[in-house]
Amino acid sequence: MDALFHIPILGFVFQFLAYVIDVIVNGHIDPIILGLATPIALGALCGVMNERSGVVNIGIEGMMLFAAYFGFMTALAVSNVLPAEPGPVFGATPALVVGVVAAIAAGVVMSLLHAWLSIHVRADQIISGTIINIIALGLTSYLNRLIKPFGSAGTFQSFRPPAELVNLPVVGWVFEMFLAVGPIAMSVIVFVIVLQILLFRSRWGLRTRAVGEHPKAADTVGINVIRLRTRNVLIGGIFAGLAGAYLTLEATGSFQNGMTAGRGFIALAAMIFGRWTPLGAFGGALLFMGSQAFGVAIRLAPPPGDLGTFLTGIQQGYPSLYNNFFLGLPYLLTIIVLAGVVGRSIPPAADGRPYEKESAT
Amino acid sequence: MISRLRGYASLAVVPALSIFLALVVASFLIILSGLTGPEGSLDLTLPFVAYASLIKGAFGSVTGMANMIVAATPLILTGLSVGVGLKAGLFNIGATGQLLLGGFTAGLIGALMAGAPPLPAVLAAVVGGILAGALAGFIPGFLKAFTGAHEVVTTIMLNALIQLMISGLVNDIFRAPGFSFARTSPVGNAELGGIGGTPLHFGVLIAFACVPFSYWLLWRTTLGFEIRAVGANPTAARYSGMSPRRMIILTMSLCGAFAGLAGTVEILRLGYYPAVFGTSIGFDGITVALLGRGNPFGILLAALLLGAMRAGAPLMQIQAGIPVEIIDVIQGVILLFLAAEIVVRRLFHLRAARTGAGELQTITRSYSERVTG
Repeated sequence: MDALFHIPILGFVFQFLAYVIDVIVNGHIDPIILGLATPIALGALCGVMNERSGVVNIGIEGMMLFAAYFGFMTALAVSNVLPAEPGPVFGATPALVVGVVAAIAAGVVMSLLHAWLSIHVRADQIISGTIINIIALGLTSYLNRLIKPFGSAGTFQSFRPPAELVNLPVVGWVFEMFLAVGPIAMSVIVFVIVLQILLFRSRWGLRTRAVGEHPKAADTVGINVIRLRTRNVLIGGIFAGLAGAYLTLEATGSFQNGMTAGRGFIALAAMIFGRWTPLGAFGGALLFMGSQAFGVAIRLAPPPGDLGTFLTGIQQGYPSLYNNFFLGLPYLLTIIVLAGVVGRSIPPAADGRPYEKESAT
Repeated sequence: MISRLRGYASLAVVPALSIFLALVVASFLIILSGLTGPEGSLDLTLPFVAYASLIKGAFGSVTGMANMIVAATPLILTGLSVGVGLKAGLFNIGATGQLLLGGFTAGLIGALMAGAPPLPAVLAAVVGGILAGALAGFIPGFLKAFTGAHEVVTTIMLNALIQLMISGLVNDIFRAPGFSFARTSPVGNAELGGIGGTPLHFGVLIAFACVPFSYWLLWRTTLGFEIRAVGANPTAARYSGMSPRRMIILTMSLCGAFAGLAGTVEILRLGYYPAVFGTSIGFDGITVALLGRGNPFGILLAALLLGAMRAGAPLMQIQAGIPVEIIDVIQGVILLFLAAEIVVRRLFHLRAARTGAGELQTITRSYSERVTG
């Protein structure tokens, strides 16, 4: 085994793989990866719901931010009226639960705007997304400055899986990854699996994909294109709202201006990387955020041997470039996949085209 | 002549109404700020007070007006960057990244030539900034032309990538010693100082000159005709012997050059490149281009309007206590009404415009298409 690590270049690869496995199995960074990936995956699900039915959505960032703000403010208001001790399940309080509902409602309101503009008014869908991003950032920053929030409504607590499960050899980390997290992060797995099955195995899924690939044909067989698209965009808003709720009510317990910090765009990237499927998008989110978690893990506990010396050297010589490399990796990978260098990613055929019943094309 | 003027007027109706409606919508938010203020009273005159101080901040003094023009300068350039792209059926969301790369390159060249005489120093920095911006535009253009990767997605990704790359470079390699924050060395003689005691600088001239230049380019040259032809109908353009691929790459590079120049002007005015160069100028370019209907002179007017809002907002914050973020909301709502043009026309019983809206609606249609020829 040790001889493998000393082959030139390939030895580096072996060392790195061994390190990756070691960090995942023994490093306890897996719940962090799922936590980081949660808003990305939920945002990507929002994107899948939109684009699979033929509506481009670059406004995920704005929807998330808007939901994060309104969820947080609602939770804060409720916790002032109804102070409560953290409950036994996930540390839930009435304030947090109402906050999540408010965040989802805010996400749906924003997606209603997107649906109205891009489906009913038939405005340009990219412009509609841009509008949502600009208005959400402006409005939340404006309100956050007017109404200075005092205190916090707290956050959901992570579930503590039994120690026997986590300490199982080889597979223990899987349980830790999916169980040692808060309720919203845990729900992501359910959503991904359910949506994947529904999209490819149900009547609704077939209709949605038909509307996204060939709306004219779908219309001919009696599917109401406008209604289905509207409904799917609104369901997408639920996911964007949950992503926002995760940021303020599960991860941080506070709101800062522009706190989504590009997560909506990484979600877009994860969706493209996962070829417009829920499972693929989730995988993309895990891969993107996993690489960032590794960047941190390598800095905190560098791998042994030549690889460690090499990585530590780079990290100490160029700390900022080192960090930004891991932050930028998702964007770079997405461009590569979209350009078709490795396994081309192709959007649904009618993505971005407003549907007009009487149109000639 | 008169019919032509009437044509322009009919094009300007919806933008003007959109601005008006956005101000009405924003006034509700301004009234809300009165409710949450220290007195907590319902003050219906507050919007008028706020807008009056906004106008006073931008037009009330010579300095105010000069500030407005300086604020409008990069907006003209990013507006052209987005607007020229629209003519070719391309949506350049990447103005932000192109602007950053252009500004960073200009800052480096400026720092390198800080001791040289002003004219060659500025010239070298400007040329470098334009070329760097053009390169940042070339990449998505090339990707779209030859792989079909849509420019909206690739430019969103490039915006983030370029920003991360540059901030890493400034922090780790080009950081100037002796400053409390990460920034590049001063550009010295390449700095664009104010002329005659005003904040107006040489870059203002360049930006204003770009307006007639791009009008000439788009409507008086063969290249401009081909750009517009490819934008209007790529298939027809290909059958008449033009190359959509070549035009896409050329146009995206041109868009990048304008945005790069915007970044150059901003950095040479500032005198250095800060690692954290957060700016909304790139995204404002989208509002400017759409408000100006993609016409260079319309873009000039729109940039001046937005520049006035940006320059007047600080006084509004001081006098009326309205946070400057209201400008972003106003901008977003203007865009909203512009996008929902049909609704605005119905609301005011206007007939459909003869031109204008059509070219906007074609852009996202190309989202899943590949370029041929």
